[in-house]
This record gives sequence, C-alpha cells and structure tokens, in this order.
Amino acid sequence: MHELSIAQSIVDTVLAVAAERPGSSVATIHLKIGALSDIARDALEFGFEAITRGTELEETLLEIEIVPIIACCERCHTEFEIHEYSFQCPDCGSRDVAMTQGAELDIDSITLTDPGPTPICNRESTHTHD
Amino acid sequence: MTEQIPLQKKVLSENDRLAAEIRGRLDAHKVLALNLVSSPGSGKTSLLERTLAELGSKLNIAVVAGDVQTENDANRISRAGGTVVKPIITNGKCHLDARMVLDVLGDIDFAATNLLVIENVGNLVCPSSYDLGEDMKVVLISTTEGDDKPLKYPGMFRRSSAMVVNKIDLLGLSDFELARVKENALQINGTLIIHELSCRTGQGLDRWYAWLSDMMAAKKSGKLVQHVDSR
Ligand SMILES: Nc1nc2c(ncn2[C@@H]2O[C@H](COP(=O)(O)OP(=O)(O)OP(=O)(O)O)[C@@H](O)[C@H]2O)c(=O)[nH]1
Ligand SMILES: [Mg+2]
Ligand SMILES: [Zn+2]
Repeated sequence: MHELSIAQSIVDTVLAVAAERPGSSVATIHLKIGALSDIARDALEFGFEAITRGTELEETLLEIEIVPIIACCERCHTEFEIHEYSFQCPDCGSRDVAMTQGAELDIDSITLTDPGPTPICNRESTHTHD
Repeated sequence: MTEQIPLQKKVLSENDRLAAEIRGRLDAHKVLALNLVSSPGSGKTSLLERTLAELGSKLNIAVVAGDVQTENDANRISRAGGTVVKPIITNGKCHLDARMVLDVLGDIDFAATNLLVIENVGNLVCPSSYDLGEDMKVVLISTTEGDDKPLKYPGMFRRSSAMVVNKIDLLGLSDFELARVKENALQINGTLIIHELSCRTGQGLDRWYAWLSDMMAAKKSGKLVQHVDSR
C-alpha cells in the first residue's frame, strides 16, 4: 500500500503549483501511469480521496491514463507492445529487449478553474461607505 | 474559465533526486550497491549472514537493514560480522525510500567500503517504485513460494538484475519446480542472472560469492553494465 505515499506526493506537487495561482481551484489532475509501474489504480484513487477529504482538493478529479508497455528489441530494433508480460521480440524471438514506455508514474498536467476577474464593483462600493 | 497547465513531472522526482545523490557518493568510490528484495521470509537476512561469514573478514561490507517494526535483522547481521550495519525501522511503511537510506548513510566511510547491501522490506510490490541509488536489485524467491511469483510480480522481476532461488534444500517437498520458476522469470526478464542456492546447506553459495566478486571488480574498473530496465 505505497499508494498512500504516492497520493501524498501528488497532492504536495499539485498544491505547490496551485499556490502560484491564487484564487483558482484544481478541477482535474491528469496522471500517466505505466502498466508496469506497480501502482494499483483503485488503491491510488482511494488514497487520494482519503487524504483530500475536507481539503481544497476535495472536489478535484483524478484522471488516470494507463500507458501500455512498449519495448524495443536490442537485436533487430523492432518496436512492439508487450502483452501478458511476455518480454520477447515477436520478429526475431530475442529476449534482450528494452522498455521504451510503460513504467511511468507522472503528473502530466492539471486543469485549473479560474473564478473569473475579481468583481471591481464590490470594491468601489466599499469605498463609498468609508 | 479553465486552464490546463502542463507539468510532465514524475511523482517520485524528489526520491529520484535523493537516489541520484546516493549513487553519486557510491560511484565516487566505486562501491557496488545491491538492493535485496523479496516476499517476507524468502531469506534476505540469511543470505546476508552467509555472505558476511564468508567475505566479511576480507572485505568491508556495509549493510542497511530495513524492517517494518524491529531491529532483529540488523542484530542478526551485526552478529554475522557486518562491518557497518545501519538499521532502518519504517514504522509500518511497506518500502524503503531514498530519504530513509540517505539519512543512515551519513557517517559511512565509502573510501573504506567494498560493498553496500540494502535489505529492503519484505514486499514484492511497493519497493519496486523507489530507486535507492543501487547498481542493481537482486530479487530472492524461495522454494516454499509459488513458482509463478515472477508472473504475479512482473514489475519487480523486470527491474531486477539477478534472481536468487533460495531454500533449494526443500525442493521436492512442494510442487515448486526450478525449471518453471526460471522459465517464468526469463519470460519477464530475459537477461536475468539466476542463482540457485540454499542458505541452510550452503549449496550454490560458491557461485554466488564468485558472482559478487565479479560484480565488485566490474564496478571498480568502471565496466559494470546497467541492466536495461533497472529503474
Ligand atoms: N530450509 C531452509 N530455510 C531457510 C533457508 N534460508 C532461510 N531459511 C529460513 O527461512 C526463514 C526466513 O529467513 P530470513 O532470512 O529471516 O528471511 P527474510 O527474507 O530476511 O525475511 P524478512 O526480513 O522478514 O522479509 C528463517 O527461519 C530461515 O532460517 C534455506 O536455504 N533453507
Ligand atoms: Mg530479513
Ligand atoms: Zn528482434
């Protein structure tokens, strides 16, 4: 269950970015998670929900894209997708292959919602009451 | 009004930064570092005890012993003759991270160290995400487990450079088959180095010691080859 630590790292990173945009709120966090990243999606979603409850990220959506495993043969340089964890070149049969993707654990982007320009009329009305 | 901000940031970038710091210190003195991983009870501490008894008088071996709750493993390793033994108690956490390791490496004199072995917490999932600055992960599996373990934990077996099949003295007592575990492991990781041994009887340990010496020599001469997907 290291997904809780992972969720905490995600929250810390996102809050640091959001802090640079006062007044905005984080609508969505877009994650890229490799099929061989050893992250359990359910556990991550559960952990994220648990640690953001009652915080400014309570309403934030986690959007998770699972990245398939792609490998490249070191012998004949064929690129292929790995199915059922069989790390073998479909062309020449070599097992000397290197992953080119599928181990990601990345925050790809975040979507911020801006409440719009600050209502100037309110400020003016305060002034008249002075 | 919404705005999408691209980040393209690794969630574990801070861990990776600290791991690079550890790696830098080890590389400066050409110290080989292993990260030992397995399910609970496969024999990580036993293999360390054996290795220290055999090589501990000739080499300076530093050990970081991760444990969820106790210092029992660290104590066993100290008794076996570890030159420097640093316990880490994770307080329930299921893995070591680079921060924890860096914190205990502080006063180790790497100029006078030949080998660093990190015994990770017994767990085949969580430790695989955390780079500790090691040269290679060595995954242990014992013959009292299922021989389909590599297929169940492909991430860890893919990131490992070597696999130790321990407790071969118990072969035949269950339906565990050596040929099958090797085939399953090679399907995940075709360039995996495989050792078969028993920490109880000592069978197969000579080859393990010889391999360790080869890896240390390779590190010293700058010829150690990184396994393709080790991180
Ligand atoms: N029969 C037999 N038993 C072994 C062998 N190696 C280790 N054991 C036993 O297996 C048990 C667990 O070994 P440990 O070395 O503590 O395993 P570990 O991987 O360090 O365990 P954790 O740190 O708890 O994850 C102990 O009772 C050992 O005596 C072996 O080769 N054969
Ligand atoms: Mg142990
Ligand atoms: Zn090929």
